[in-house]
Amino acid sequence: MPGPEAVAAPARLAVRGLKSDLAGPFEMTLAAGACAAISGASGSGKSLFLRMVADLDPNQGEVRLDGTSRETFTAPEWRRRVPYVAAESGWWLDHAIDHFAPERRAAARTLAAALGLGDTQLEQPVQRLSTGEKQRLALVRAFVLEPGIILLDEPTGPLDPDSTARVEAHLKAMMARGAAVLIVTHDPRQADRLGAAHYRMADRRMTRVTEAAPA
Amino acid sequence: MNTISLSPSDLAIASSLLLFDALLSVILRLNLHRQVIWAGIRMVVQLVAVGFLLRWVFSMHHPALTVAVVAAMSIIAAREIAARPERKFRGWVGLGISGVGVAIATVVTVGLALTTAIRPQPWYDARYAIPLAGIVLGSVLNAGSLTLDTLLSDARREKAAIEAQLALGTPFRTAFAPLIRNAVRRGLLPIVNQMSAAGLITLPGIMTGQIIAGEDPIEAVKYQILLMFLLAGASGVTGLVIAGLAAGHLSDGRQRLRLDRLR
Repeated sequence: MPGPEAVAAPARLAVRGLKSDLAGPFEMTLAAGACAAISGASGSGKSLFLRMVADLDPNQGEVRLDGTSRETFTAPEWRRRVPYVAAESGWWLDHAIDHFAPERRAAARTLAAALGLGDTQLEQPVQRLSTGEKQRLALVRAFVLEPGIILLDEPTGPLDPDSTARVEAHLKAMMARGAAVLIVTHDPRQADRLGAAHYRMADRRMTRVTEAAPA
Repeated sequence: MNTISLSPSDLAIASSLLLFDALLSVILRLNLHRQVIWAGIRMVVQLVAVGFLLRWVFSMHHPALTVAVVAAMSIIAAREIAARPERKFRGWVGLGISGVGVAIATVVTVGLALTTAIRPQPWYDARYAIPLAGIVLGSVLNAGSLTLDTLLSDARREKAAIEAQLALGTPFRTAFAPLIRNAVRRGLLPIVNQMSAAGLITLPGIMTGQIIAGEDPIEAVKYQILLMFLLAGASGVTGLVIAGLAAGHLSDGRQRLRLDRLR
């Protein structure tokens, strides 16, 4: 559906009055190629917000992707375009490689290598992988979809500095190609490294932090 | 048929075995004698009451009465199924889901038997319909409760795995299919065990009863085979219906995993 021609391109992600019984209302606008970082105490509602954007929890309000309303898509279509990676990775088959569609396995190997993982990890039973390895592979599962936006809940929480740098490098490459990144992080320096707009979540409400975040 | 009728004194002699259990409990301090005696008394009272109820129902020859008794038995079975999971559906949904499963399985299998294999005259003759429904409901209860319990506990345990798939755009149906398969499979295990053990490890109750009641073993065996088929069908139908409906209620129009619908 082409919009009116004279109007500037709509935001990659536009959230208006998004709320549920548990949290909100939330407002957020995120341009293509931009990053927003949400920080806040545990239980403040950061994950709830990402899950509501991904439509994994019941919610009301308006969410648009490139100007197109979320209701235009079926739920799987929406989540395929707005993938969400939870802080705790979930696995449903025995081996890591089985979690990738056959046509995406080549791309998955390349991406895994960029995050410091080889065929050894990909061919292994999931239960033999470390938390950090599982986390990186969970990111690869979303990265191979080549989405226009990605929702990440503490993606580098269990990672060492080297792996964290690799993940951030890939996120920057995605942003350079026009993808938007919405990230929950406890590390203000990570937000700065990604050039992110800062948001603070407190008591299930979110505010944009305009000044530099206090250190 | 030359049935050997049991006299009250025959039963009294057999009841001494129960007293033996109670005595054992006192001597070994198992602290079970009260429960053993109480369960024994309950069993006798329940069965005698059912005996008189059935005698009355058989003598009335009324289709509505037959249907009412089967319906009451079905509701009790559905309640048991809904009560089994550790975390149940909120509200009346659990009872509704198990009720539909029990009703479909019972009507289909008992109906099939009454209209094809057994064909009593008239079809609603309580002497056939009620015992048949009772046996079928036993299997339905087993299959239904195992299926529902397995499905709900798997859904809770596999939350992260299911939502990881949903979050990447996998349809709920695809992400949830392995859980449905596992739950239905679990529900079918008792009848599979029952069939493979039949005659070798156990002599099934109906067959034993008929043989004791003077029936030719081959005739009794034919009846038992028919019943096993009915029970297998009933288990499958119950598991499938309950797993399907429960899975549907664990999701919504936007294909979310709705564990909040459990209490």
